[in-house]
This record gives sequence, structure tokens and C-alpha cells, in this order.
Amino acid sequence: MATEILMPALSPTMEEGTLAKWLVKEGDEVASGDILAEIETDKATMEFEAVDEGVVGKILVAEGTEGVKVNTPIAVLLEEGEDASAAEAASKPAETQEDEDGTKAATESASKPEAKAPAKAKSEKAKSEPDAGAIPEPDWPEGTELKSQTVRECLRDAMAEEMRRSEGVFLMGEEVAEYQGAYKISQGLLDEFGAKRVIDTPITEHGFAGIAVGAAFGGLNPIVEFMTFNFAMQAIDQIINSAAKTLYMSGGQMGCPIVFRGPNGAAARVGAQHSQDYAAWYAQIPGLKVAMPYSASDAKGLLKSAIRDPNPVIFLENEILYGKSFDVPVLDDYTVPFGKARIWREGGDVTIVSFGIGMTYALEAAGRLAEDGIEAEVIDLRTLRPLDYDTVIASVKKTNRCVTVEEGWPVSSIGNHLSATLMERAFDYLDAPVINCMGKDVPMPYAANLEKHALVTTDEVVEAVRQVTYR
Amino acid sequence: MSEKQQDGPRLTFPHPPARPGERADFSSLDIPEAGALDVPPPEIDSIASRPYANGMIRVLNDAGEAVGPWADYVGQVSDEALLDGMRDMMRTRAIDTRMLNAQRQGKTSFYLQCTGEEAIGVGFQRQLQAGDMNFPTYRQQSLLVAAGYPLEALMGQIYSNDFDPLQGRQLPIMHSARDYGYFSVSGNLGTQYVQAVGWAMANALTRNGQIAAGWIGDGATASNDYHSGLLTASTYRPPVILNIVNNQWAISTYTGEALGGARTYASRARGYGIPALRVDGNDYLAVLGVAKWAVARVRAGHGPVAIEWFTYRVAAHSTSDDPSAYRPKDEARSWPLGDPIERLKTHLIARGAWSEERHAQTEAQITDEVRTVQKEVESHGTLVDPQPMSSASILKGVYAEMPPHLIRQRQDMGV
Repeated sequence: MATEILMPALSPTMEEGTLAKWLVKEGDEVASGDILAEIETDKATMEFEAVDEGVVGKILVAEGTEGVKVNTPIAVLLEEGEDASAAEAASKPAETQEDEDGTKAATESASKPEAKAPAKAKSEKAKSEPDAGAIPEPDWPEGTELKSQTVRECLRDAMAEEMRRSEGVFLMGEEVAEYQGAYKISQGLLDEFGAKRVIDTPITEHGFAGIAVGAAFGGLNPIVEFMTFNFAMQAIDQIINSAAKTLYMSGGQMGCPIVFRGPNGAAARVGAQHSQDYAAWYAQIPGLKVAMPYSASDAKGLLKSAIRDPNPVIFLENEILYGKSFDVPVLDDYTVPFGKARIWREGGDVTIVSFGIGMTYALEAAGRLAEDGIEAEVIDLRTLRPLDYDTVIASVKKTNRCVTVEEGWPVSSIGNHLSATLMERAFDYLDAPVINCMGKDVPMPYAANLEKHALVTTDEVVEAVRQVTYR
Repeated sequence: MSEKQQDGPRLTFPHPPARPGERADFSSLDIPEAGALDVPPPEIDSIASRPYANGMIRVLNDAGEAVGPWADYVGQVSDEALLDGMRDMMRTRAIDTRMLNAQRQGKTSFYLQCTGEEAIGVGFQRQLQAGDMNFPTYRQQSLLVAAGYPLEALMGQIYSNDFDPLQGRQLPIMHSARDYGYFSVSGNLGTQYVQAVGWAMANALTRNGQIAAGWIGDGATASNDYHSGLLTASTYRPPVILNIVNNQWAISTYTGEALGGARTYASRARGYGIPALRVDGNDYLAVLGVAKWAVARVRAGHGPVAIEWFTYRVAAHSTSDDPSAYRPKDEARSWPLGDPIERLKTHLIARGAWSEERHAQTEAQITDEVRTVQKEVESHGTLVDPQPMSSASILKGVYAEMPPHLIRQRQDMGV
């Protein structure tokens, strides 16, 4: 019986990829383990092996096709003895199977791969940002030209622009140069700036954080990429005890203008040691600045500000957000200041405060609540140190209710801190206790269903809003 | 225990040659003759540096004569230049003595002496230029003294009064003096070692002609930073000198704990691909010569070099430490490499440039100079007689520019 070969997922977060090259052609016999094709994602190029043996009946997606969704049929494998019509049957939707001229249809299908291939990613408004018209205080002038870009592209553009602007800016980290970044954030930077300014390091976070701190003391502006912030635990002494405190300890003589950046928080099924959200940890440290952008435009504008900042900045990105597209202003030098929250959605019934990937749940929840007539005001903090208390407090004075959303653990969280601040500064305005929607108080489990339980969900945010609004 | 178990793997637990109550014993140390090693070419690689890493560069022999190729290498040093070094070593020791006493009287909370190690910093600093940066440990005050750092600032930092350039924000002895090539001391051991490598990378990338010098004690070579420092220096080859001061004791921890099975600390650096030398750190002329050679090498772009300075920590680790609990009381007197001040004095007298009388006279002058500054600095406040720092200082320097929430806090404090 003919079987479909599906576009493989090379990582838990992969959604689509490029079918770079077929290494077999129609009619070839393949055995289990034979390499069928090369698949490219934004992270890596990988070879794709046959699982079963058989004959390649039909290739459904031509090589060179971009944006092939995971699980799309890309070829049909025939068992020995089957002919091409079986391939036809397997690859065609049920209603066309009755077509008398099956062979012809199959040929057409194979010769027009674009008919079946998904559209290119860039032309797709996949999960585009929520209604931008609802933004009361836009970060760019009305009428500015916008283009859809991913968070990943914006981070790369921010670094490239700042590296062009100042000779002292350079990038170092594991896999940042030749490999173009473990998550392809530094794509193209080595080509443009050379090995002197895009530096591959040995696998010692403590070591390269230390030399970068030294180089920052010495007057340069390093950007240190951690493959994930989980690995930065090894470098924590350099970050806290040296980068954050030396300006103070030296009586103002030696400052540390440096950016530590990389993915933070949970991706998908990477377990307890690769999923931690460090927002609250770093936000606790005087001497550090901490940014945790959600949108692509904020990723770009905040990273450019971070690189220019004379202080050490922790820049917390998110692997799941890397591939998401947002509208980004087409401006020569677009920056976003630290300490200024963004109101994504106005509403008078409840204030939902979040940041980073937590915004995904906050905005989804607000959309669902609106259907039930509850209008939520959704605030993206964008930076956690400095933190824009004034915007949060002004909103709570209007709505009298507040729910916070973050992926990190419940004890000593950003939500806890906001609750305390609201109690101190807006106690008389609160009509309900503030609820913190958080990750569960457990190390991240691996199994998919357990992982889902461990993370904060949109349902929990909706439920929390119903509680504080008594509806 | 069964026979089988006795034949199986056994652990070793390093122990010092002598513990309290036992006779100090350094007989197992292999101390080569002064003058035995030649001067390697500046571009030497790690493999060829083996004899220098396993041996010991020494210039002054027991009679106080400067001998061998390294004596020739530093030969042009004038009597007056050597006397300057002598005075800085004596000044460092006088400061240590007086600051120790001040701590004992409750005038400051903490102090660390570098007794017996003065030659290393004083000799090394002499070979640096303006803009070069040391990343010192808390026992390198001799670098600062030799750099001409004002005694008022040095003592003001210890007393944390208005002479303190760090405005009361840092533990005593954790000096910070950018203009004197003395990076902010880190109380977390080792952190500054790898930072020196990064600073030197910045030097190379900006081609400013300056170099960096990392400093670490034998005990802290067990830390991550030491290993990452050597690795990254070996990988990127920036202009950095990686100094290891082996003073035999890390508080009560015998140097063998950090050395493990390596023959010398210098030989371990060779394993990372960095040429390394071991030097008699109590021999001022050896320090001058090797520092001159190392500075010339790295400044010329031949890559990093590691130097193990072999010495002995005569004083307690700090004012919080009592070494009689872990080593023989008289161990320092048995140290085979002697005292750096005594050895230079003998040499200068042998040269006809110095005498016991002039030495005693200089010692009195320096004591007087230090005492005078000390009195002046103490009049601005000590722990016994505290004169508070301006409260505004607490909020300064957290960020390059004071953020609004700290400005509000300052206003709330009314300062």
C-alpha cells in the first residue's frame, strides 16, 4: 500500500521549512535509512531519511520550495509491485480518486508542485499581531510605512545597524559566527562584519561572559549571545558580581556597557534545564537593566537601545516568538526607550499586565473576554528594569482590577512585585485582589501534556479575569 | 580491610610538609641555583618554555650577587632605580604594618597584608606604561604603591572616610584606581583573571598599544575563571600577562590542594598552550627582569604569557585569620627564598650602593611619612571615630545616569 511521506519536524518548535534538495527521484528504490532529501529550517540544514523501504512513486513538492508546513505530504512511497496509480490514489484527496484519467492527474500534480506547496512564509500573515489600530500610543508616527518582519529578523537587523553605527559593538557567543547562530539570529553578520567582530567562543559561558565583561570595562560594547539563558547560570557571577556592581564598587570609575542576550523561558519539550524564565531573577539586581520584548518592533527598538546603553543590559528573548511576524516601522533608526510600557488594547473592565511571551496569553484572553462583553486593557511592560509603574497604576485606577501574566514561577515573581506595588500605590482603587497567573511551581516536565499543565494558559487568564470582575 | 581492597584504587589527600607543633620543613622543594636559566626569545611557544615552567628563574644568589643571563638582561638598572624599588617595598610593608595595627585597634574592620610578596608587585609595576591595566587580587597593594598612588587615597579607602575615592562603597583593601592601572578588586576570587583577557582583547581590537595583566593566587587557580582565562587567552592570543602568585597557602588550604598532580602552576599553563615561566618572587632583580621580558613579549604581539611567582605568605591571610592553627609558627623563617627586602638590601650593600645605616635611616623616614599621612587621614574619621559619608553617595554609580526612582529616593532622604 502506498504511503505518504510527510514534511518532517526537525525540532519541537519547527513549523515549516525549505525542501532544499531531493536526493532521490521518482522510480528510485529506497531502503530504510536512505537519505531522501535535505530540509532547511531557519536553524539548520538536516538530512531526512526514509523510514520504510519502497519505491519513490511521486514527488509532490519540488526541491527549492520554501515554507513547506510540517506534516504536508511531500512524496509518495510505493510498496514493491505497486504502480504509479497507487501513488495517485494516496496523494489525491478522496473526491478526485474517481477521476478516470488518474495517470494524467498524477503527472500534472507532480509537475506543478506549487499547486500543493504551501505559500511562502513571508507572504503569509501567520498569527499576525492583534489589531494594531487599538494601540493608543503608537511608537511611530502615523502614516509610517510598515512591513511584516519576524522577531528573529528584527534582532539581527538591530545588531547589524548598531554594528554599522559603532566600531566598538561586537557579537560573541557559541555558534554565532560560522553557524549564523544556534537560532539563526546572527544570520549574515559574519559576512558583513568579519571574524573580528562576530566571534565564535569556546563552550564556556563563564569564560566568554568574563572576557566580554573585561572588554566592556576596556571600552568596547560587547553583545554576548547565550544559546539559552539557562546556560547563563554558569556565568551568573560575572553578570551579577562584576558587570552589575563594578561601576558602583569602583566609585564610578569602571562601567560595563554590555548586552547579554538570548532565548529565555520555555520553548517546547526541552525539559527542566532548558525552559526556565529568568525575568524575575535579573529584574531583582540593581545595576542591571532588563528587557523582555514580545513584538518584533519592540525586539528591534529595545535591542538598539540596549546596545547604546552605558549599563549592563539583560535582553530576554523567546524561542517560540523568534518566528512570529509583526508589523515593523520602516525607519532609518527605530529605537524604543527603556521603562515605557505599551498598551496593546484599551479597556475599562480589567488591567492585564504581561511581558514577553506572556503577552500571547494576555491578548488571547482579552479577545475571548471581549466576546463576553468584558473589556480588558492589556499592558506589555517591555522592560522589567526600569519598570513602567506609572502606566500600570494609571490603568488600574481606571479599571480597579488587575491580573498579571508571566511564564515564570510563582514565588518572588514580577507579578508578586506588581501586586505589592499596587497595594502600596493604588490600594484605594482596587475592587478585587490582584491575581498573578504564573507557571506552576515545578521544574518543567518533558511530556507534552505535563508541560502544558506547567505553563500558564489562556484559560487561566480568562478565569482570573472572571474572578476579579466577579463575572 | 581485605587484601583486595588494599590493592584497589586509593585516593590521595595532599598535606603540607608540616603542621603546627612540627618543624617547618621545605626540604622537598627543588630550588635551582640562581643564574641557571637563560633568557628565552620573546616569541617562545609553550612547548619550548618547558625548562622555564619547571625550573625557576633566579638572579640573586645567597651572597646577594646578581648572576647569570637574566642578570645581564636587567643589567643596566641604575642604583637609584633599585633604591626606588627598595623604598616602595619598604613603604608597602610599613603601610601593611600600620593598617594591621589600625584594624587591631578597631579603626577599620578588615585588612590584608602582603608581607614577603612586596617584590612581585613593585618590580612588575615598574615595567608597565600608562594605560596598561592590572586586574589585581586583594594582595597586590604593592602594585598601587609602586604606581605612585597617593597614600591619602590608599588609607582613606581603608578607613572609608572622605579621603576614600570609592565613597564608602567598598570593603577595605578592595582598591580601584583606573588612572593608576589598578582595576577594581573583586572579592569573588578569580573573576578578574578572565576579565583581564577580555580587556586585552579590547586593547588588541582597538590597537591602543596597551596591555593587561591578570593576577590570581595559587588557591584561586582552582576556580573556573582561571581555567577559562587560560583557555580564552590561548585561543585568541591577546596581549595579556597571566600572573599566578604562589604563596603556598590559601588561608589554611595548602597549595598542593590546588596544584594536584601538576609539577608547577606554570607547567599547567603550558598545558593550555601558553608559554610559562616560574620565577623566584622574592628576588627583586628576577621580578624586574621577567616582567620586562614579559611586557616586551606581549606588547610586541607574540601572545600571552603566564608567570608563576614563587613566594611565601608570611602574614596571616587576613585580619580574620590565625595561621598558628594550620602551620608551624616559624615556617616563614624557614622559607628557603628568604625575604625580598633583606635580599635586595644585601645586594645593594654588596654593590656598594647601600649600607645598614642608610637602610635603618630610610626605614625610619618611611615610617614617619606613613605615620604622618595616617594621622591626617584618621582625623577625617575611622570606625572608632566615625564621620559619616554623605548619604547621597549610596545612590551614585548604580547606573551610569541616576534613574528617576533613585532620584526620588535621594529626595526622600533629603540629601
